[in-house]
Amino acid sequence: MLGKLTLSAIPLDVPILVGTFTGVVIVALAVLGAITYFGKWGYLWREWLTSVDHKRLGIMYIVLALVMLFRGFADAIMMRSQLALAYAGNPGYLPPHHYDQIFSAHGTIMIFFMAMAFMTGLLNVIVPLQIGARDVAFPFLNSLSFWMTTISAVLINVSLFIGEFAQCGWLVYPPLSEQQFSPGVGVDYYIWAVQLAGVGTLLTGVNFFVTIVKMRAPGMGWMQLPVFTWTAFVTVVLIMAVFPVLTVTLAELALDRYLGMHFFTNYGGGSVQLYLSLIWTWGHPEVYILVLPAFGVFSEITQTFSRKPLFGYRVMVYATLAIGVLSFIVWAHHFFTMGAGPNVNAFFGVATMIIAVPTGVKIFNWLFTMYKGRIQFNGIMYWVIGFMITFSIGGMTGVMMAMPAADFVLHNSLFLIAHFHNVIIGGVYFGYVAGLNFWWPKVLGFKMNESWGKRAFWCWFIGFYLAFVPLYIAGFEGMTRRMNHYDNADWHVQMLIASFGAAVIAVGVVCQLMQIYVSIRDRNLPESRDFTGDPWNARTLEWSISSPPPAYNFAVVPDVHGLDTFHTEKQIGRRSYEGKTLTPIHMPKNTAAGFFVGAFSFVLGFSAIWYIWWLAALALIGIFATVILRSFNNDVDYYVPVSEIERDQAKYVRSLTAQAAE
Amino acid sequence: MANISATPHGTAHGIDDHEHHHTNNVFGFWVYLMTDCVLFGTLFATFAVLRTQFAGGPTGKELFELNGVGLETALLLLSSITFGFGMLSAYARKQGAMLAWLAVTFLLGLGFLVLEVREFAHLIHEGAGPDRSAFLSAFFTLVATHGLHVTCGLIWIVVLMVQSFSSQAFSTRYMDKLQCLSLFWHFLDIVWICVFTFVYLLSVI
Amino acid sequence: MKNRLMPRLRRLLPLTPALLLTGCTVDLLDPRGPVGLENRNVILIELGVMLCIVIPVIIMTLVFAWKYRESNSSAEYLPNWDHSTKIEFFVWGVPAVVIVILGAIAIWTSYTLDPYRPLHSAEAAGRKPLNVEVVALDWKWLFIYPDQGIATVNQLAVPVDTPINFRITSDSVMTSFFIPRLGSQIYAMAGMQTQLHLLASAPGDYRGEAAHYSGRGFSDMKFRTLAMTDDDFNQWVDKVKASPETLDAADYPQVAAPQEAAPVRYFAHVEPNLFDGIVAKYNNGTVIDKSTGQVLHMQSAMSDMQMKE
Repeated sequence: MLGKLTLSAIPLDVPILVGTFTGVVIVALAVLGAITYFGKWGYLWREWLTSVDHKRLGIMYIVLALVMLFRGFADAIMMRSQLALAYAGNPGYLPPHHYDQIFSAHGTIMIFFMAMAFMTGLLNVIVPLQIGARDVAFPFLNSLSFWMTTISAVLINVSLFIGEFAQCGWLVYPPLSEQQFSPGVGVDYYIWAVQLAGVGTLLTGVNFFVTIVKMRAPGMGWMQLPVFTWTAFVTVVLIMAVFPVLTVTLAELALDRYLGMHFFTNYGGGSVQLYLSLIWTWGHPEVYILVLPAFGVFSEITQTFSRKPLFGYRVMVYATLAIGVLSFIVWAHHFFTMGAGPNVNAFFGVATMIIAVPTGVKIFNWLFTMYKGRIQFNGIMYWVIGFMITFSIGGMTGVMMAMPAADFVLHNSLFLIAHFHNVIIGGVYFGYVAGLNFWWPKVLGFKMNESWGKRAFWCWFIGFYLAFVPLYIAGFEGMTRRMNHYDNADWHVQMLIASFGAAVIAVGVVCQLMQIYVSIRDRNLPESRDFTGDPWNARTLEWSISSPPPAYNFAVVPDVHGLDTFHTEKQIGRRSYEGKTLTPIHMPKNTAAGFFVGAFSFVLGFSAIWYIWWLAALALIGIFATVILRSFNNDVDYYVPVSEIERDQAKYVRSLTAQAAE
Repeated sequence: MANISATPHGTAHGIDDHEHHHTNNVFGFWVYLMTDCVLFGTLFATFAVLRTQFAGGPTGKELFELNGVGLETALLLLSSITFGFGMLSAYARKQGAMLAWLAVTFLLGLGFLVLEVREFAHLIHEGAGPDRSAFLSAFFTLVATHGLHVTCGLIWIVVLMVQSFSSQAFSTRYMDKLQCLSLFWHFLDIVWICVFTFVYLLSVI
Repeated sequence: MKNRLMPRLRRLLPLTPALLLTGCTVDLLDPRGPVGLENRNVILIELGVMLCIVIPVIIMTLVFAWKYRESNSSAEYLPNWDHSTKIEFFVWGVPAVVIVILGAIAIWTSYTLDPYRPLHSAEAAGRKPLNVEVVALDWKWLFIYPDQGIATVNQLAVPVDTPINFRITSDSVMTSFFIPRLGSQIYAMAGMQTQLHLLASAPGDYRGEAAHYSGRGFSDMKFRTLAMTDDDFNQWVDKVKASPETLDAADYPQVAAPQEAAPVRYFAHVEPNLFDGIVAKYNNGTVIDKSTGQVLHMQSAMSDMQMKE
């Protein structure tokens, strides 16, 4: 009746998990209790959970990302403290069974549910506003994507308390991840969580591709597209090109495990090399899927606070496209040590190095954007400067590993770990946090607190070097990744310093939480409120409307004439909405269908993991039924009346003139 | 697949947006089909890598009977033509004719599926199931993925046949859905031609 | 290659103290064999070339950020300046030149350091290579010396200045065979034979490890590499030959069974073609002789090692 699921699947014998579980339950009860106490269930359901508004979905994505950051970071702290302890005969406090789950979960969660969710959140919030659109092309699909991502995040966290997670690393290489070597449910949790999240991501890709191609404001040609939107565009193209590959790869692994097939098994003609090639065909472009939007964020911020247009806009666009194309022909650099021969290695080594050229060009272009500018140093610019320094070093170590002859000794070492954290933290994470600080007032109507933001930056920046320079050195000392304990005194020194660094980063995370708390607490102070909708004196369209924007974003669809239209409008002192007649605006209605498809998908995933097939079948029927029923529903849209638009618009103009008078 | 057709009007683009809906839905679905292309491409690549990994088991040459597969191909190709006639009737707003053509398409698609399931059952009975060798794993997965797509297409046909009796019949939204299904159905045909050529013909030669 | 790299390397040596400051053995910078030395030289040259661009970039970042700060009204301000063909040429040119240099080194060293390439170094001139067959097991290393007819678990002894030709496979999951102080690593994969050619140029006791995570016993899947003089090596072989244990097809499943923190074991005698049999059982009883390209059928010798599934 319940498949493999029994009471013994609940790890009551692991105190850490019982403690965590208790904590999660208490927090959950507190949150649910608070919602009930304040009578907010109806509000939450109508305005948020069923919302198809891209801004609200964006906010929910970012909240999800921050929660997952917390989970993934807790894993990181556990790994660092284990390795600080587990030296010279001391087994530490995490046995291999537990430790191996932690490093697998850390990578999976940070990439799929922290970074991807954060990136999708930023895309949701910014892209439609930057191109002068009133929503994305398919608002219902957007809601569906969000729920697929969210339920997958829940599913992966359920593995903490029911059963176990994969113990094969974040890319679950076979044959270790095959039934023969991993008979538990851990790998199945991985497969279903990533697979369902992948559906969400793929739909996001299609959605934003169509949005950017079809829904730009009139007059916005491709070379008038804001840089962030350009990077978002290349990112969604990459998503569409490689996420189906991930889907197939994991489906094949699942078929091996569930039906005894032989895609990647040792026996029966399976090929591990095939898995490696397929997973990295997805995996390498994935790195650029994450980092390109961060590049876009840095471009927007640098030009805004340098009070200058971006240096070499066209070149920036070409460099982004070049990186996107090149990212497809480098995947084999992840396994130079497989014995593929010098021809293959040389090709992929050189192809990888070539990516450094457009990336280097970008760094230089940011430099020359600052050059002869008037740089305003606020907390947001700190992240940019920190990024440029850190990412240059990360790029350098990346090129070092792109050399096959060097990779032969650096592969799989802690040097590699230090390298990719160097680019993911220094590039991706710094970028997303900078973006969060930059666009926060646009979405919420008030600025983030400066001093807590700067504290967070310094802790992250210094903590990063303390945590990862020792790993670079440990790599040179021959320490491989994913060790649970060791007996080398030289390594121990590095592990101790790295743990200290992780603690400093932990303080940074606390500062970020404080920043969010203090910002919300002080939201009504005059210095944090954003009355103009343009708190940074920025250049792109999203700043040409009120903060927060109305549900329909633009009362009048802007006329675009050239790059940085809004900046030009401010210069000539005439705004494009002036003198335009308002007309009713056609908007999509909120719908619970996405939520229900997500909920059924969760049940499907969970029951498939535990071999509860009758429930899986019911869930599948539920998914189809929800979608079909929705297609019968004609009541999916409404018109915003002119009176309401006039009211909003009048309020915005009033606030604008009041500010100008001050 | 079906969920894409079910997307609401979403361009929110002022008054002239009916034009936009139209293009966005069909264009969006076409973009989705391109990602499906990548999906099938990956399955074909897997098959290409594993096609000689028989693990001591039967080869494609020993297993495949082109007669049955030829009949499947004929049914599917024919169903594309009948779907085309269905679309023409829909454009002419002839509900009866459209329903008839869609029903014929449905039956042809169902026939294809029945033949495919019979072939699978036969192979498994012979001891040449998907767990026999990497070659058979790749074969079954590729062909069954196509079969699952056809199944979804059949469900979708039924849904659209039923909806032609509702108030939304022949509305812009309905016609968008029909066009998306049309793209989907012809796409499956093209994929099948590739399956027929690269999987069956090349294995037998 | 080495002779051309060395002078350039010496110029880069001042850069290494930062890494050496910790006062401990930095394996990759202090190799004990020609392969490791080449790996190190490549790394240092690469690092040197790239620091020539990375250090100026970091300095420029800080200088620009400081000089063009808002409060410095004496600095020049060009609010609309966003293009300069001269600078564009420079920003594409500099990274491109660096990558051309590094790309050339990458291609060249992909061939000179190809792990499959037998060693022809000066020290090794005229010395007969030693063949060692390596099998990765859960979670230990089995070393077979086909010419000596002996085998060991978790201990690899090699004579110094003698090229060692490794053939590597796995009888379980994938992992990687790596002795940091001797140089390059290569994957060990079931049903596959990979090759590696190393040489130890000084006697010593070097750590060997599994460099790719392979399951719960992974952290203890390590071995000692004892590089010794010819006499010591011969004595070592005799010591192994005096061991009471032997390894034939019947013993093998017990030796191969999963085991964590496995102790060193010596086998005085080893079944001939054991390695080929292990490779063959994942390939329907066939194994390809890499030197001749011939397909050999192994089914009779290893009948009890047939497919488990």
